[in-house]
Amino acid sequence: MRSYPVMILGLTLLAGLLAVVPARAEDASPNCEVPAYLLTSENALPKVESAIVSERRLEILVVGSRSSTINASETNAYPGRLQAMLKEALPKVAVNVSVELQVKKTAEEVAGGLVKLVELRKPTLVIWQTGTYDAIRSVDPDDFRAGVDEGVVALQSAGVDVILMNLQYSPRTETMISAPPYLDNMRVVAQEHNIPLFDRFAIMRHWSDAGDFDLTSTSHGVDLARRVHDCLGRALSKFVLDVAHVNPAQQN
Amino acid sequence: MSSIADQVTRSSVAETGVRAGAAETSAPAITLPATGDRELRLDLFRGLALWLIFVDHLPPNFLTWFTIRNYGFSDATEIFIFISGYTAAFVYGRAMLEAGTVVATARIMRRVWQIYVAHVFLFTIFLAEISYVATNFNNPLYSEEMGIMDFLKQPDVTIIQALLLRFRPVNMDVLPLYIVLMLFLPIILWLMKWRTDVTLALSAVLYALTWHFDWYLSAYPNGTWFFNPFAWQLLFVFGAWCALGGADRMSRILSSRITMWICIAYLLAAFFVTLTWHIPQLSFLMPKRLEQWMYPISKTDLDVLRFAHFLALAAIVVRFLPRDWPGLKSVWLRPLILCGQHSLEIFCLGVFLAFAGHFALTEISGGAGLHFLISVAGIVIMSGMAWIISWYKHSADKNSKKKGAVGNADMAGGG
Repeated sequence: MRSYPVMILGLTLLAGLLAVVPARAEDASPNCEVPAYLLTSENALPKVESAIVSERRLEILVVGSRSSTINASETNAYPGRLQAMLKEALPKVAVNVSVELQVKKTAEEVAGGLVKLVELRKPTLVIWQTGTYDAIRSVDPDDFRAGVDEGVVALQSAGVDVILMNLQYSPRTETMISAPPYLDNMRVVAQEHNIPLFDRFAIMRHWSDAGDFDLTSTSHGVDLARRVHDCLGRALSKFVLDVAHVNPAQQN
Repeated sequence: MSSIADQVTRSSVAETGVRAGAAETSAPAITLPATGDRELRLDLFRGLALWLIFVDHLPPNFLTWFTIRNYGFSDATEIFIFISGYTAAFVYGRAMLEAGTVVATARIMRRVWQIYVAHVFLFTIFLAEISYVATNFNNPLYSEEMGIMDFLKQPDVTIIQALLLRFRPVNMDVLPLYIVLMLFLPIILWLMKWRTDVTLALSAVLYALTWHFDWYLSAYPNGTWFFNPFAWQLLFVFGAWCALGGADRMSRILSSRITMWICIAYLLAAFFVTLTWHIPQLSFLMPKRLEQWMYPISKTDLDVLRFAHFLALAAIVVRFLPRDWPGLKSVWLRPLILCGQHSLEIFCLGVFLAFAGHFALTEISGGAGLHFLISVAGIVIMSGMAWIISWYKHSADKNSKKKGAVGNADMAGGG
């Protein structure tokens, strides 16, 4: 074959491309670094810490809306990924993450039912993802804050640790949904009650800016959603361990 | 009779005479500034506010760092509403003295109608955009966010609520506020004609009561007006008060060194606080007590901290930028001043361009370079449009002069 050297060159180039492209975003474990300041908090998770260190079992309850799931592939949504990654990091601890979906409910409506959920599931840590539905309905930000406040107080007096998780960064709907008042109020409530806030919005925006994900994609497939949720689960597991002052290496 | 527009835009000796005569006969509590020259500083800063509002309505980018909301509590909205109050009182206050309350009220209502139509026009563009996204964008990652499209299922209700100003898309809250404020302008001016200071005091009382009793205007489907008119009226009335002689009476306070240092100290403190928002690593420096007392700084109800921040900024600007500063006539500031002189048109254009820019950014996803390009292009388009409008009005005015027709007060950029 006359074009043999050319073919080799072509194949090499192709191999090179294949090696480079996945490294950008298409890989199974994508490049989704999160700046350290987004994964720390001045507030602690004392109950999570003692559950991991002394009891060796950790029960986490995620209370969230539709954005805590991916249609028809629940193990791939961030709560499922969180469980997998915590188990990997803490092989000697019995970790269980369960999800309680509160679809199309405002923070105020969810807040009233939180204590019942805690009595039912007996978690050590509740991760409360909220804000999106309130923003869509443009609920009065003061009412929203009151709702989140009420929920956090109820959870704290029920004796569990709490993490608040805010909205997704969604560039396509930025001109339609006003996120800032809800983001600000969640930060305020977290500050007031000394609980950590997982800043999902800032993290996703960072990924978008860094080019890790194209969040404006018009694709109808679940692929992007899976990859983003995988990264969210990864970031969230780091966040939980860091804020609870648990060093996985010492637990093994 | 020469038109109000002429009086505001051009200086003429005869006109000053007319004004003085009118002021003597009615002997009201108002004193209009003794000048026929257009106050270019107002145009300059209103133009600046329009540019900043445009940049703030785009997703954050390089230019966003030049907007004042990153350096303190208040932002371009405060400047816009204050100057709107100032110019509206200036133009229509004069009309009220010269042509009487009824005619002035009619003119104001005509202006309100113009703003309303502009708002409805922008809403139509928004509907087109959101419908496009609803039909073309179906990413499972954002299935919840797509709930925002639900209102398209009931277009009848939505459109009627939009016409009632109760349904307002994001970034379209300023015009409804402006409409309500202008609607009450006749009463404000009428009260000011009686007692300027009492009117300002009443406005402050309304502001305080609003905070105390939590008054608001409800919105559709729920929630409240993003800019609470009961609170924001304070800034508008304050602008009107300054225009009708308040600024002159305050000049002693404004020129005192103590005021200056208080303002500088407050601005620096506000700058430090905003710094902790951008550099979260610094937030440990903020006393927790202070944070809990201060946050949230409500934009909806025009937090006192925001109002004070605007006052401090304005005091510093007035002190260091005299009204006869030659730079105001320079070519470089011309685009800003032109934009400020045609605020309604340029505001609407800015909102539209922000929509279009958003759209282009999400469609093309070209990164920071494109983003910067879109922002700059938007500002160039706004300036170009302002120039065209100004050219058109200038030649139209000339023609109407020949025919002896009465000009148009609303075109003076009043209100």
